[in-house]
Amino acid sequence: MTTITTQTITFNVFRFNSETDYLPYYKKVEMEVTSEEVVLDILNRIKWEVDGSFSYRRSCRHGICGACAIKVNGKGVLACKERMNDLIELFGTELTLEPLSIKRAVKDMIIDKEDFWVKHEAIEPYLISHIEEHPEMECAVTPAQAEALLDSDYCIQCGLCHYSCPVIEINDDFIGPAAFAKAYRFNADVRDNGIDERIDIINAPSAGVWDCVKCFECAEVCPKEVNPIEKITKLHNQIFEHGRAINNVATRHAVGFAHSIKKHGFLDEAELVRYSEGTLPMLMKHGKVGFKMFKVGKVVMPWNMPKSDKLDEVKALIKSSSTVKF
Amino acid sequence: MEKKLTYALFTGCTAKESTPEQLMSTYAVADKLGIELVELSEATCCGASHLQDYDDFLSLVLNARNICYAESRGMTMVTICNTCQLNTAMTKHRLDSDPELKARVNEKLAEVGLEYKGTSKITHFLYALIDDFGLETIKEKVVTPLSQFNIAPFYGCHNIRPSELQNETHDSAENAYNPNSLDELIIALGGVNVDYEEKNKCCGFHAELQAPHTAAVLTGKALMGAMDANADWMVTPCPLCHLKLDTQYEHASHAVGRDVKMPVLHMQQMVGLALGCTPSELGLQHHVSKVNFV
Repeated sequence: MTTITTQTITFNVFRFNSETDYLPYYKKVEMEVTSEEVVLDILNRIKWEVDGSFSYRRSCRHGICGACAIKVNGKGVLACKERMNDLIELFGTELTLEPLSIKRAVKDMIIDKEDFWVKHEAIEPYLISHIEEHPEMECAVTPAQAEALLDSDYCIQCGLCHYSCPVIEINDDFIGPAAFAKAYRFNADVRDNGIDERIDIINAPSAGVWDCVKCFECAEVCPKEVNPIEKITKLHNQIFEHGRAINNVATRHAVGFAHSIKKHGFLDEAELVRYSEGTLPMLMKHGKVGFKMFKVGKVVMPWNMPKSDKLDEVKALIKSSSTVKF
Repeated sequence: MEKKLTYALFTGCTAKESTPEQLMSTYAVADKLGIELVELSEATCCGASHLQDYDDFLSLVLNARNICYAESRGMTMVTICNTCQLNTAMTKHRLDSDPELKARVNEKLAEVGLEYKGTSKITHFLYALIDDFGLETIKEKVVTPLSQFNIAPFYGCHNIRPSELQNETHDSAENAYNPNSLDELIIALGGVNVDYEEKNKCCGFHAELQAPHTAAVLTGKALMGAMDANADWMVTPCPLCHLKLDTQYEHASHAVGRDVKMPVLHMQQMVGLALGCTPSELGLQHHVSKVNFV
């Protein structure tokens, strides 16, 4: 049996009541924390022992309802699942408790998740199925077909990935990792017939998958190992596989890599920008920076482009291993 | 006498094109420390996390081919770009954990006489220095301590996330929410490490073309964070982060409504300065945001 240890921890607790407060503030709370406690225990003790008006969401305390997601020192956690000892080991004995999104705070840890649900609904998160009204046999899903969902059905809609995504904070249109993972969950379902509809939604400039910055914050924070960015890549693939790629800067940017590798092995950086943007927009958008880079020797001229050895091998592999066309 | 450290160097594309200073400083540092780097001259672009959006299988085959050439030399592959590191390590992880996928990839590689085996380790040069060479040994080699500088480490996403994969590839555990490798390197070189919120955040590089505003805001926030923490300069192990922070300050300033600009060094350049390499050996003249303190 392991012995229970106790440490004194200082919590900086985010406090805000949107009905009465003009600005949020942080309240210092010192507490003896035992090695057995999780973050939710601390939230409960703050409410029960320190200030009864302290507000937060909680329900199942089993990591399945997704209600109690908050941030500790900027790390998104499910309060009922995250052990205090792990956080103390990681950040030390001074911890800041904040809601998932400060700008959406309603009361203390409670936020307005409206944008999360609006985006969730936008990707049509249900089976779109042309089912016969009087079927003669059941619609069976084999274990292998269920595996193809890649655990995307484990999502508990806690919002941790959505509010850890840097793009969500900047671009209001962006659908976000949780809803993308959900779109994949239905696109990958053999009973579903709505894939083309959903692809067109997640393929839209600004809102869609192309605006993902590939930071992997969503994969890192997810408490259910849904790995949203893996699903975002799968959605990118579906766009091409279903022939629904729009000829724009984002798609050309992805395709341009294949062209460059075939020609040089290496990426031709300048040519990738030209191919993606078009010659005139390239000069307009990137001409100034490009010239500055040229002046300090950061632009390789076409005649000096480096080439990989054994380029024939690369060409042969691109020919034999390509699985899609643009 | 210890055995000489030898690695197969996967340069990636930027080191050969837009960040020549990165390749120069990598060799300068390796030379000072007595590390042998054998360039993987056959290697191609890793796809930079974009090729896989278009054709995932092709991306796997090309990355597996790159790894084959480290394996045939019997060496650990060392990368000098976070995104090369992620794409290569991810390929290795997927092939090593899925025999059926590995067989499909090997079927293609066999057509050009290659086979992916999974025998080579893949690590970023930053972790090779820390794990294999050792911070204590680096400390002993310092001739010009960086004690007069406040240095802001910028880790770059693809070296720290997903941490489960990253921590398979190097010995020193790194936590994505509180990474410390670069901080410890700065301290070992005698510098003062600066803490700021954006040090483990995204620079926006991968969305630069299709989402320029998002990318510029992220760059601006990173530069602001370092400036407000009183940093003299920033340092990063990733040439893509470097490109963004070094060359895009005008777009970034416009996006965040404040003039943001500061010198940004590659991790290798910082090590090189402390080891006594000259500015021209480290290619400091190839920066857009001028390195004005040497």
